[in-house]
Amino acid sequence: MTPCSKVTTPAHGPEPHPTVRLLRHLLPYWRRLLPAALASAGSDLAAAALMATAAWLITRAAEQPPLASVSIAIVAVRALALGRGVLRYTDRLLGHDGVLRAVAGFRTRVYEALVPLAPAGTPAFRSGDLLTRLVDDVDCAQDLLLRVLIPVAAACAVAATATTTAAVLLPQAGVLLGLILIVAGLFVPCLVLTLSRRAGREEKAVRAELAILTVDAIQGAPDLAAYGARGRAEERSHQASARLAALERQRALTTSLASAVVLLLQGGALVGVTWLALRAHTGGALPAVHLTVLPVLALVSFDSLTPLPSAARCLAEVRASARRLADLLDTPPPVTDPPTPALLPTDEPLGVDITNLRVRHRPGGAPALDGVSLRLPPGRRVVLLGASGSGKSTLIAALMRFVPYEAGSIRVGGRETRELSECAASDVRRVITGVTQDAHVFHATIRANLVLARPEATDAELCAVARRARLLDWIESLPNRWDTLLSGDGATMSGGQRQRLLLARALLADPPILVLDEPTDGLDPETAAAVLADILDATRGRTTLLVTHARSGLTAADQVLTLDGGRIRTVTQPATT
Amino acid sequence: MRPLSPVERRLIRELPSLGRHMTLSTALALAGAALVIVQASLLASVLADGFAGHGFPTATLASLGVAAGLRALLTWTRGVLAQCVAADAKRALRDRITGRLRHTSPLRSAARRHGETATLITRGLDALDPYIVGYLPTMTATAVVPLAIVGWLSWIDWVSALIVVVTLPLIPAFGALVGRHTAQRTARQWGLLARLGGHFLDVVAGLPTLRAFGRERHQTRVVGEMADAHRRATLRTLRVAFLSSLVLETVATFSVALVAVPVGLRLLDGDTDLRTALIILFLAPEAYLPLRAAGAAFHDSAECIAVAERVFTILDTPDTPGFVGGAGGVGGAFTPMARAPAPDARTAQLHLNQVTVRYPGRSAPALLNVSLSIRPGEHIAVVGPSGAGKSTLLAVLLGFAAPGAGRVAVGATDLAHLDIDGWRAQVAWVPQRPHLFAETVADNIRLGRPGASDAEVRQAARAACADRFIEELPQAYATVLGEHGAGLSAGQRQRIALAARSSWTPPYYSSTNRPPTSTPRARPPSRVPRSA
Repeated sequence: MTPCSKVTTPAHGPEPHPTVRLLRHLLPYWRRLLPAALASAGSDLAAAALMATAAWLITRAAEQPPLASVSIAIVAVRALALGRGVLRYTDRLLGHDGVLRAVAGFRTRVYEALVPLAPAGTPAFRSGDLLTRLVDDVDCAQDLLLRVLIPVAAACAVAATATTTAAVLLPQAGVLLGLILIVAGLFVPCLVLTLSRRAGREEKAVRAELAILTVDAIQGAPDLAAYGARGRAEERSHQASARLAALERQRALTTSLASAVVLLLQGGALVGVTWLALRAHTGGALPAVHLTVLPVLALVSFDSLTPLPSAARCLAEVRASARRLADLLDTPPPVTDPPTPALLPTDEPLGVDITNLRVRHRPGGAPALDGVSLRLPPGRRVVLLGASGSGKSTLIAALMRFVPYEAGSIRVGGRETRELSECAASDVRRVITGVTQDAHVFHATIRANLVLARPEATDAELCAVARRARLLDWIESLPNRWDTLLSGDGATMSGGQRQRLLLARALLADPPILVLDEPTDGLDPETAAAVLADILDATRGRTTLLVTHARSGLTAADQVLTLDGGRIRTVTQPATT
Repeated sequence: MRPLSPVERRLIRELPSLGRHMTLSTALALAGAALVIVQASLLASVLADGFAGHGFPTATLASLGVAAGLRALLTWTRGVLAQCVAADAKRALRDRITGRLRHTSPLRSAARRHGETATLITRGLDALDPYIVGYLPTMTATAVVPLAIVGWLSWIDWVSALIVVVTLPLIPAFGALVGRHTAQRTARQWGLLARLGGHFLDVVAGLPTLRAFGRERHQTRVVGEMADAHRRATLRTLRVAFLSSLVLETVATFSVALVAVPVGLRLLDGDTDLRTALIILFLAPEAYLPLRAAGAAFHDSAECIAVAERVFTILDTPDTPGFVGGAGGVGGAFTPMARAPAPDARTAQLHLNQVTVRYPGRSAPALLNVSLSIRPGEHIAVVGPSGAGKSTLLAVLLGFAAPGAGRVAVGATDLAHLDIDGWRAQVAWVPQRPHLFAETVADNIRLGRPGASDAEVRQAARAACADRFIEELPQAYATVLGEHGAGLSAGQRQRIALAARSSWTPPYYSSTNRPPTSTPRARPPSRVPRSA
């Protein structure tokens, strides 16, 4: 309808990092996430404690003490072995439940952010891009919790406990182990993060491009085939696919490198701690039972660090998504409601008075409408003619409060009139609605597509509007009749049937002021004329603004106007008034 | 662990790199097991010697460091190789799907739910990652690593080896039991996920409409409900899937306790030495490790199989009978037949003889016994109410739809036997709802002739009366078009499509599907009168 405004870039500085903002949206669910993190840490601790206790048990036994002195250790080993599995199960189940709840809430939040942006405030996203945005980016929130936050919490708990235990047994071993754990736990993931930050962003972009190319190749198949251009489209998809594979291969080098470095550091810690323990033991500073416990602590404390490199990689991906989500959430709605909206009358025949209206799609851009004045008297049907790009659809968008007007006024009412900018936009659309440009046919049944306009409509009312839109015969010829599933963009029906469906929906909505944007778009001239005549007949006595380019079939209209270059140029009063 | 499912066998057959990957990861897993045994033995020796007070083993400590270094190197190699194989496998499948799309009948393709396929190509295929990087190498490791470890253990202490041998089979037994349950549920979960993806796109695309009728708030609830349904379905699957991992984890960890406690008791009695006891303690968990990993990867494999099934469903979809695809590259199972070169449309007559077209799922035929002859140079207007079959007639002429009965001929040759690209190159067609691509305006106009210069693009736009509004766009010809050409009116979109049609060498047949009715004439479009 309107050239979409550019995404507003959020001001950097005091604004928190997009990932932090994403986290803030998810943290209200902490009550469900905290137990999961605790269970996760407990499970990792149990595994580490099991090995350390078993090592102590074996070494103590080698000193051949009485059985009673190791019996507690034997019980502990068995208890830890059982507890590990139970804690792991609890952790995974609680974690997924909490995370999916958080994501469900966030999905709704993203949808709500999109609502005021449709249609004029939404930047020119492709549908494929939007799809990856909403499904992919929102799922990244899930990864942020499940693959970053919870493993990091568990790793910190295990590393801290192992270091403390080692320090109690032999302070210098504790210091060494702590240092190497910090390097492995902080430095390595940071390295991965830096290396894959660019790759993550590039990968997302290529994925979005692939999605667009796929949608284009499927939806534009007839156009591509007609030009023999399907091969070229396929070639472009292949190129994007190859680029994605190359990026993924590149990423493989860094992710695997990270786990290898962690393993290397584990080996270093093992050798270092063993050396320190042996020296202390030889010097008589360390009892023999602790000699084996220290190296085992060095070994097992690294097990919980294993998920950290992949957590860092995941975080890099999440950052790219979080930035795009932040952009979306930051886009200001084009129309905002006044603090105390005025009420619109609905119970009497309403008219519309437009004076000197000026609308710009972008601040500083050329006005799409400039100085338009138009009177829509109550109960009259006004037809507005205009060439493509003349601003007819913008006028309807302004009437329906999808776009704001910069100057002039739109007043609606009967005896008492109201300025539209003083009313809530949703109230305005309860009064002024109909067939918009880019009206959508949902992937749902014919019935669901119609009752959308009035959920409480009866079957008789449905039949009545379908008949008035000359759609009833087609519906009744279908095997599933009203329950026929329509495809996403109405590709399974002809252009005429699509327009008739949209018309039937608008008639069902039955608003006090009906606007119809190109209701005969795609109909053949005879049908278009017939449908126009039907519309004019069906809307007799109702305030209607009909925007069309069709010049025939308008004899019944109360008034015919022409819009050209953003202004009303000519006014033709038809023979009948 | 479990026999390969037919889908996995086909996956491995169609992607030969997967077979090589499995062989290589078996060898690398064996090398890894050897290094683990070396490391455990070295560490146990160092500690036992220290315990007994035998000097300071510097050389053994150094060897321990080398062993750790080699393990790190091996891990890196395995990871890189596996991820490269995964990246290439996904690319191969993506390319096969896009290749397949190209050979699907355009009309059927346009009716397909594009959201689901886009999800499959971008995100869905990522389910292969954990399968190729995690599951496959783990599965090959389960075949060799426990065997190697148990072999070594039985060499040094047969009692502990026996305990491991007895407890090991419990894991695959439980795994198979639970895995069978998960496979079905994951397939269902994927269906729900895909539906959710499609639902989201549909709702977002329809947001202006929803707002027009004040129904956007209602959909907020539906979006939340869909997400909640997704959560419940996922948790239902996971509760069972994680139950298996609970059993696996418990068996594996408890087996370590089962091994360690008797060894400690035997040490008390002086039946064994510390070095042996420590080797057993270090090695016993390693025997269970691959099986535990395989158990954890089981869920991923089920998801991958579900995705692979969807890919194969797309690849296996038979072509619309008689649909004439484009010649050129081979993709999927499509094999182009030898075709006659298209006759010159300037001289050839076009005949339709008793053509009948039926669409699947529709009771009434779209065309019934239509006969028509078009001579070169003739201007023919086909009129009729909507739904009368005018679009189908053009689809037949373009080779998008094949007659179920009757014959379409260009000159003396049946259309089905023509080089269809050569034929379409001579036909200009403006559909009722032209698709505008997510590219610049100029590129959309260049669709018919990729090499057209900027001047030619502008000329074509002028000829279609599109130049004026294009130049008023923010970046004129460089403006990137939104979804379905968002930002343009229906008439403007058709004018761009019309410009695309006139951007290349003059068409001989110009089947225009009624653009003039929906494009008010600011100036008479120069090419439209060529309409057939």
